[in-house]
Amino acid sequence: MKTLRKNAIWLVLIAEVIIFSIANPAFIKPTNIVAILRQVAFYGIASVGMTFPILIAGIDLSAGTVITLIGIVTAGLMANMHVPFVLAVIIGLIVSTGVGLLNGFMVSTVGIPAIIATFSSQTIFEGCAYLLSNGLPIPLARGTAFDFFGKWNFPGTIIPISAIIMAICFLVGGFILNRTYFGRYFYAIGGNEEAAELSGIRVNRMKYLIYALSGFFAGLAGIVVLSRTGSAQNTAGKGLEFDFITCVVLGGVSVNGGSGSMIGVVAGVLIIGSLTNGMILMNVSNYMQMVVKGIVLAVAVGFDCISKKRQAV
Amino acid sequence: MSDEYVLELEHIRKEYPGVVALKDVTLQLKKGEILALIGENGAGKSTLIKCCSGAVVPTSGKIRVNGKEYDRMTPQLAAENGIAIIYQEFNNVAELSAAENLFLGRPIRKGITVDFKAMEREAQKAFDQLRIKINPKALMKDLTVGFQQMVEIAKAIQQDAKVLIMDEPSAPLTSNEVESMFRVVELLRSQGVSIIYISHRLEEIFRLSDRIEVIRDGEYIDTLITKEATVDELIHLMVGREMTQQYPAREPCIQNDKVVLECKGVYGNGDEDINLQIHAGEVLGLGGLVGAGRTELAEVLFGAKPKEAGQILLNGKEINPKSPREAIDLGIALVPEDRKRHGALLGSSIKHNIGMPIYERISTSGVINRKVEKDTAEQYRKDIQIKTPTLDQKVKNLSGGNQQKVILAKWLAANCQLIIFDEPTRGIDVGAKYEIYKLINDLVASGKSVLMISSEIEELMGMSDRILVLAEHRITGELQKTDFNADVFMTYASAIVDGQEN
Repeated sequence: MKTLRKNAIWLVLIAEVIIFSIANPAFIKPTNIVAILRQVAFYGIASVGMTFPILIAGIDLSAGTVITLIGIVTAGLMANMHVPFVLAVIIGLIVSTGVGLLNGFMVSTVGIPAIIATFSSQTIFEGCAYLLSNGLPIPLARGTAFDFFGKWNFPGTIIPISAIIMAICFLVGGFILNRTYFGRYFYAIGGNEEAAELSGIRVNRMKYLIYALSGFFAGLAGIVVLSRTGSAQNTAGKGLEFDFITCVVLGGVSVNGGSGSMIGVVAGVLIIGSLTNGMILMNVSNYMQMVVKGIVLAVAVGFDCISKKRQAV
Repeated sequence: MSDEYVLELEHIRKEYPGVVALKDVTLQLKKGEILALIGENGAGKSTLIKCCSGAVVPTSGKIRVNGKEYDRMTPQLAAENGIAIIYQEFNNVAELSAAENLFLGRPIRKGITVDFKAMEREAQKAFDQLRIKINPKALMKDLTVGFQQMVEIAKAIQQDAKVLIMDEPSAPLTSNEVESMFRVVELLRSQGVSIIYISHRLEEIFRLSDRIEVIRDGEYIDTLITKEATVDELIHLMVGREMTQQYPAREPCIQNDKVVLECKGVYGNGDEDINLQIHAGEVLGLGGLVGAGRTELAEVLFGAKPKEAGQILLNGKEINPKSPREAIDLGIALVPEDRKRHGALLGSSIKHNIGMPIYERISTSGVINRKVEKDTAEQYRKDIQIKTPTLDQKVKNLSGGNQQKVILAKWLAANCQLIIFDEPTRGIDVGAKYEIYKLINDLVASGKSVLMISSEIEELMGMSDRILVLAEHRITGELQKTDFNADVFMTYASAIVDGQEN
């Protein structure tokens, strides 16, 4: 029973794939699988980041905005100021990590609840992106090496580089959670913040790290998005944080903190990715897709909360 | 002559799974008297009064109110019969006015609106009856603690309370506030209200009460007429019992020339002017009643709460730990009172719990050396016999005694030289208690120092080399092993004698 519950998420994924394949055989074709991977790559990368705040019963609502902001900043540097793309990407990542550190400051040092702190930075940086771009999209030159992140495939294969970046991010995320002391601390803080502090963990410092990681991975996802679309849009990341949260929670990371694993998040991302793709193939409207995703989020959190309640009794 | 009494509790017994909170307690309250109820921490006072309010349902026994007999009270029945309780924690809303608080949950209405005028008028009447000056419109948060308590009392009186039960009413008050509270209590008595007054301050009891009932370990001991009672007699009734538990013998291992920790005039977290010394190989007991400031001192030493003044010296060097992390790195550990909330990480495994304070020490650029992690946990599992099939077991699945061992193991792994135990055996069964005592003995035998906070006098006397007693956030006395005496201990703990003059 326990193993069933642990692996239920994978069964859901398999069931989903079977249903969509029956509904439309094109779903299971390699070209479509590759298309799904390309679509979910940035979801996966940002979800790795989102895993950390949720693991400590926090949240990062600024993740979508960070994707917009890094797009505007990086594209602006490259297109308008002719900064070499490597440097532009590094500066972009520093900016997005900085947004994360600001979140960390508000949540730990100031003590603002995470949902409000990250909501305020979401609004602030959405505004900043508009100010920087004057509200206009910033197109990139075509066919540059920057296409590497979002458009290229691994040489000689049809595997997108972005999917490989996602896989590396999952590995890094899993490594942080399982092998480093930060990871142990995150679980401890999520389980019981007071006891964690009394065990010698500097909880505040860890929160800076957690939100910085979330900002960094959201930034990396933003680079992939920018490379794929070839143009920085002011609405590129709008509302995406909810998709990332859905992936993470669906992957079994408890919104009450303290439990979850990176491998679960992989499953969560694949489920959302193939759900979106499958619905598109079945000509489900955008609005209906929103309804379905919202229900999925509520059901995923609902299961988590019900199992918590049962444990408590 | 049963109708002489307004409230009678007969042979009340209350069992919880595995524990008997009240064995057999009888209490009789006369009309218009002040009956003091006294007993040690854990004697069963709170459970007993909760039986009167309906918050606790007795396993057996009878409750008779004004001659009517009940098996149990309910909050409704208690209210109908005019029984009201003033708890230590007030049940008020800071942002509402005194009048609104007085009518909390039962506002006077005019149609569908609240009739504030009528509420203020009625509140004024209740305050006048108690001869206290409170503006009914004043917000609760702007009133002093003393006046907040008065609002609670007025609320009871306004609801026509005939029996008023007060649980440690003087504990949060300043001495001036205590005087006015006494005045109100005496006024109520003269108006025919019967009062059960719970306090550990014996002076108050002698000053205020007509009779005194003593309970101990959930049993009725005696009821005395206050005028005929003496302090010594009361203390003896409260603690007088034989040593029933065995403590493992320990070879004296104090290194009297080696002071590990010293406090010089330390203020902080409510505690005042704390002076103490702990030697290597010593178990220093820290006793006192609940709220005396023992845990508060532990929190300051452990860096969890800031020190406001004074010096803390560790091995002769001044230290000022600002976080538990700093304290741990200095070699100070705390095994907290509330194991489940503060001590163990229940959702994490045994291995992770033990590793928690040392992860930064056993990591290279952030990556944990998992062999050291496992070996360390394995070593302590053997050394202190944590009973578990696997170190990956989650701590929430362990027994209380084993959880306590895991917490201890993590501090041993961190190589702490001073270990502060706050109520180390609370909620642990007898067999496991004995093991914890042996572990404490092993600690001091190996040269470490132990500061042990306990509410059980027996445990303090059985385990300590020396006992310091706190009362009202100050050290009021010190007992050497040769003259451990429960009566003297209680005298210090009740703060009747100023121990610093001894």
